Amino acid sequence: MIRPNEEINEKKLLRALVDGKLPDASGRFGPFGGRYVPETLMPAIERLTEGVHRLLPDESFNHKLTSQLKEWVGRPTALTHAARLSKAWGADVWFKREDLAHTGAHKINNAIGQALLAKELGATRIVAETGAGQHGVASAAACARVGLPCVVYMGELDIQRQSPNVDRMKRLGANVVSVNSGDRTLRAAIDEAIRDWVSDPVDTYYLLGSAVGPHPYPFLVRELQAVIGREARSQLETHGGLPDAVFACVGGGSNAIGLFHGFLGEENISLIGVEAGGRGDDLGDHSATLGSGRPGVLHGAYSLLLYDDHGQIQETHSVSAGLDYPGVGPEHALLKLVGRVKYVTAKDSEALDALQECCELEGILPALETAHAIAGARHWASTNQGARILIGLSGRGDKDMPILSQYPIKTNDTEGAENAAA
Amino acid sequence: MLPHEALKNALEKSEESALVAFLTAGYPEPKNFLNVLYDVSEAADAVEIGVPFSDPMADGVTIQRSSQAAIEHGVSLSWILDQLGSRTIKSNTPLLLMSYLNPLLAFGFDDLASRALQVGVSGFIIPDLPYEESMLLKTSLDKVGIALIQLVTPATPSIRLNEICQASQGFVYAVTRTGITGSATQFPADLADYLAAVKEAAKVPVCAGFGVRKSEQVRMISRHADGVIVGSALVEALERGENPGEFLRNLRP
Repeated sequence: MIRPNEEINEKKLLRALVDGKLPDASGRFGPFGGRYVPETLMPAIERLTEGVHRLLPDESFNHKLTSQLKEWVGRPTALTHAARLSKAWGADVWFKREDLAHTGAHKINNAIGQALLAKELGATRIVAETGAGQHGVASAAACARVGLPCVVYMGELDIQRQSPNVDRMKRLGANVVSVNSGDRTLRAAIDEAIRDWVSDPVDTYYLLGSAVGPHPYPFLVRELQAVIGREARSQLETHGGLPDAVFACVGGGSNAIGLFHGFLGEENISLIGVEAGGRGDDLGDHSATLGSGRPGVLHGAYSLLLYDDHGQIQETHSVSAGLDYPGVGPEHALLKLVGRVKYVTAKDSEALDALQECCELEGILPALETAHAIAGARHWASTNQGARILIGLSGRGDKDMPILSQYPIKTNDTEGAENAAA
Repeated sequence: MLPHEALKNALEKSEESALVAFLTAGYPEPKNFLNVLYDVSEAADAVEIGVPFSDPMADGVTIQRSSQAAIEHGVSLSWILDQLGSRTIKSNTPLLLMSYLNPLLAFGFDDLASRALQVGVSGFIIPDLPYEESMLLKTSLDKVGIALIQLVTPATPSIRLNEICQASQGFVYAVTRTGITGSATQFPADLADYLAAVKEAAKVPVCAGFGVRKSEQVRMISRHADGVIVGSALVEALERGENPGEFLRNLRP
């Protein structure tokens, strides 16, 4: 926690992070992180921490994980040169294609890793939460793959706006439970998944989907998502070299942390996280936790949060369900504190425009979450002409079709003008 | 006498097993808060005042519902402290605040400790603050002698249980089963052994609860603990418009 009048040594903290020394033994990234959970869960968290430290470096576990990633997830995912976008923006734009991973987003990297871990640790059932439904689908698929029953908690509002994913989860054998308490989105779904876990902390494994929550989750999820950054880095090295800037969208922050970790040590590479600017700057109109949050505790970690003067967590807004969350992973809070990553926002409308441009120029329908990263990169490119840009294409947008149907396709003005001239 | 000692003494002096009552502040009606608090105080040996929080992850449906309604009616930590400060008739029963951590962080630990002392709060119970993370708040509370009550559960391993029991002030809160507040009505078969182990390790009284609804349960737990905690059941009685004092007196063995 940030103590009153405490001096923060930013350089030292960044060094420790780059050297792989964070989180520390108490699960902290500098002042952020920790384990703020009911006492009932502490023994389960201790067991999980022990399991994570034992199994992640274990050769036979890694062999299992790597072969699942290769044969079932479809890794390595492609690196795609976005030639027409590059021309349109006056930049050299590359996509790391997590949308091509099995189930359509980066979430599967974490889900299969944790499902294997749960199996090794002797769990008999899995609970998970989901916002956009991508983590729910990934969890349902991973649980089917390893042979464990899966319960997915999903907010009532998210069930309405991401209905294709709900049917996919059910088809994959998961029991989808609608959460109608609290804000009826991701935040309430996490509350409910934790309540389930508290009721059966011995046999139930909580498969958390983002780099948030109590230690060891932010560490575990980062380690399982770091494959994105490792692959992207080595692919870029054989395709003309490292980038000038790397962009990723940030909700809880798992795809961003996985991508950024491949480039953290290169201080000349700009790392830029794009949060959901929603429909405006007022509290409740956006989900820009890093942009305007304050330190606080939610869902087991001390991190930046959106809350009012009385400490009540604020409802957030974003057109994308996956970014609609008032908290963020503690490692991002540290990366902001030490200034290594710059966090910006893209509004709903900018994300929708970027999505359309990506469809038209690259033949790729990105997820609405991902579209925020593209919008952020597009804006940055306008003042950094000729720069080499890597964008984490975290997921595909098929799931967003019900929402996109509310936003009619804008007619292409240039073409219209050309036709008129002809 | 420091507030944490007064709390311990109040629970010890009760001849029968002590009764600790929980209510959500300002629920169902904020304007009745002090009256309800007084009635509950007269029927209980200590009162936990629930500070409503938007994300009560350790609570079942009853306290989720009461917290949500209280927040919608404008109840907050500062409102609760102001109400307590405005009391003209005070019961001698110790008052505790039960809150998730974030409202306390937003208030500021040092300011909170001095204000809590001023308005007669004897202790804090914080369901999302495990022992390891509690030092910063404890430092602030120690300056004014207010108790930080620690929780143990049937899942707590014995070494850890000893450590937590040693650190707890006022009393030890022995959660009677895994799970959230208010739900199941069955207690684990080895409840007696568990509570005996907690009593053995504790220097202060042991109060047990989570899911206590009936007088038979109060009687059963009071054979093994110094006090019994009643929460969701009382909140439900308040919802039904029952007299809380009478409800609690009927629960006593």
